[in-house]
Amino acid sequence: MPLLPQRWRLFVILLIVIGLPILTGLVWLILTSLFDRVHGLIPQGPFGPENWRFLVEPSIQGRPPVWVALFNSIVFSAAVAVIEVLVSAMAAYAISRMQFPFRRTYLGFVLMLHAFPAISLIIAIFYVLRILGLFDTLMGVILVKASLELPLGIWLMKGFFDNLSWEMEMGALVDGASRWTVFWRIALPMVRPGILALGTFAMLSAWGEFILPFTLIVSGKSWTMALYLQSFMGEAFTDYGLMAGVGLFYVLPVVLFFLLGQKYLLNIYSGGVKG
Amino acid sequence: MRRFGAPLLFLLPASVLILLFFIIPVFVTIALSLTDLSTATIRNPSWVGFDNYLRLFSDPFIPKILGNTARYVILTLTFNVVMGLVLAILTSLIPERWGDNFRSLWLLPRILPPVVYVFVWQGIMARAPFGIISEITGVNQSWINAAPWTTIILANGFVGASFGMLIFTSAIRAIPRELFYSAAVDGAGTLQTVRRVVLPLLRWPILFVTVYQTLSLLTSFDYILLLTNGGPGLFKTTVWSLHAYKLALSNYFGQIEFGLAAALATFLVIIGVLVSVVYMRIFNFNALVSQPKIEVN
Repeated sequence: MPLLPQRWRLFVILLIVIGLPILTGLVWLILTSLFDRVHGLIPQGPFGPENWRFLVEPSIQGRPPVWVALFNSIVFSAAVAVIEVLVSAMAAYAISRMQFPFRRTYLGFVLMLHAFPAISLIIAIFYVLRILGLFDTLMGVILVKASLELPLGIWLMKGFFDNLSWEMEMGALVDGASRWTVFWRIALPMVRPGILALGTFAMLSAWGEFILPFTLIVSGKSWTMALYLQSFMGEAFTDYGLMAGVGLFYVLPVVLFFLLGQKYLLNIYSGGVKG
Repeated sequence: MRRFGAPLLFLLPASVLILLFFIIPVFVTIALSLTDLSTATIRNPSWVGFDNYLRLFSDPFIPKILGNTARYVILTLTFNVVMGLVLAILTSLIPERWGDNFRSLWLLPRILPPVVYVFVWQGIMARAPFGIISEITGVNQSWINAAPWTTIILANGFVGASFGMLIFTSAIRAIPRELFYSAAVDGAGTLQTVRRVVLPLLRWPILFVTVYQTLSLLTSFDYILLLTNGGPGLFKTTVWSLHAYKLALSNYFGQIEFGLAAALATFLVIIGVLVSVVYMRIFNFNALVSQPKIEVN
């Protein structure tokens, strides 16, 4: 608000108090992963590299090596981001620039899907993947994840194309360039901020995705980091130290991303995301 | 036909994927709900009409699950909207740089992978020595089992609040400065400005967040699945969408019931479609689909 109230410091203190649980959780995760034993937030005993043994052990009780899961997570996030950005951009470009029958209907449909909670289709998607022969493959989950976020992506990219001046594209078309050349060489480079925004969002969202791989992947060789960490939950003896190590290892890229691009992320997430 | 070759090509990949993973699944869900497909009949399922829906009416646990769903949606939604409002207003009342930092902090639970986020909750609510709550209160128990609903609502709420926070913050930023100045000239204090100027102007964003989050809360179940898996005990924290999921996709009581689960999911799909249509109407659809810019066909 334009006028700073006199007692603004009081509001800062209030914000610190209600934000305390988030900070506490983060500190707990870090401390628990670093020390042999932690009483609440107070480390007991020595610094414990034991918690990080998953990095070197080839297999903890039959699990695949953590590096396999890490590799799968990287492939999964990267592929989802690339497919989502490219397919959304193509569709958004057509909607923003071209005339075709049922254009309004198509756009209305995409907007409706944007609000539609896709997760309610999970049972049927399981069935569809089985029929396509993509069940229990990384490729299958990649396609599902990218597809479910397409309405958001098309919507976001359409906004970016709509705000673009079209003189250059017009000129190129008059000079005889094909639609594809104009899209690839002129329009796409100009919406770089949109590509970065959607790409970042897609990557982070795929990195954390749990339900889809949990449902659509069975074999350990296709596990992502989410499945790897989840496999330790609900065991008779919970090894909090080890799990905190895995958790921190899994979350580190996200935290780095977060620290580097805070302001930028605020803009992406206000673009509309389920919650 | 050649005229529409280009748009067709550009729309093809998106259309195929939407067809495969949105449109076909809607019909598959409805079709499955009319069969008796389950572990027992996996080889030769047959059409049973509306039997699955009739079974829902006579199922003694359905009222309990409905109650759980209402409880989950209403309480989490209230937390999300109220907390979102409080955060948006407080972070707007302090210097910009501070405000941005606090908003980023609240974004963290949303960005963290759900499995890590839930693990941290499990740790905090665990028995001593690891559990912070057990250490502080001196009551050494699994707090998730002792207070499953509180845990679920808080865990979901800390994720969900940031959505409202961001929407409300940009709405507050869009309020014309003059209104604040004239309120100040009239001698309004901070509290009065918030109550008489800001809150009335946030009516639409609040409605938007409420509708949007009601729909996603009705259908989302990942945090409950990870936190309590619907327990402790029989259906203690099982909500509608989780029940559907477990009936179809996990070995629930040793029996997989695709048909029944699809019937449950059909309700969610129908609600989803209806609310999405309403949602589209609320927004000025005609303004959003203005004519395309280049017409050289």
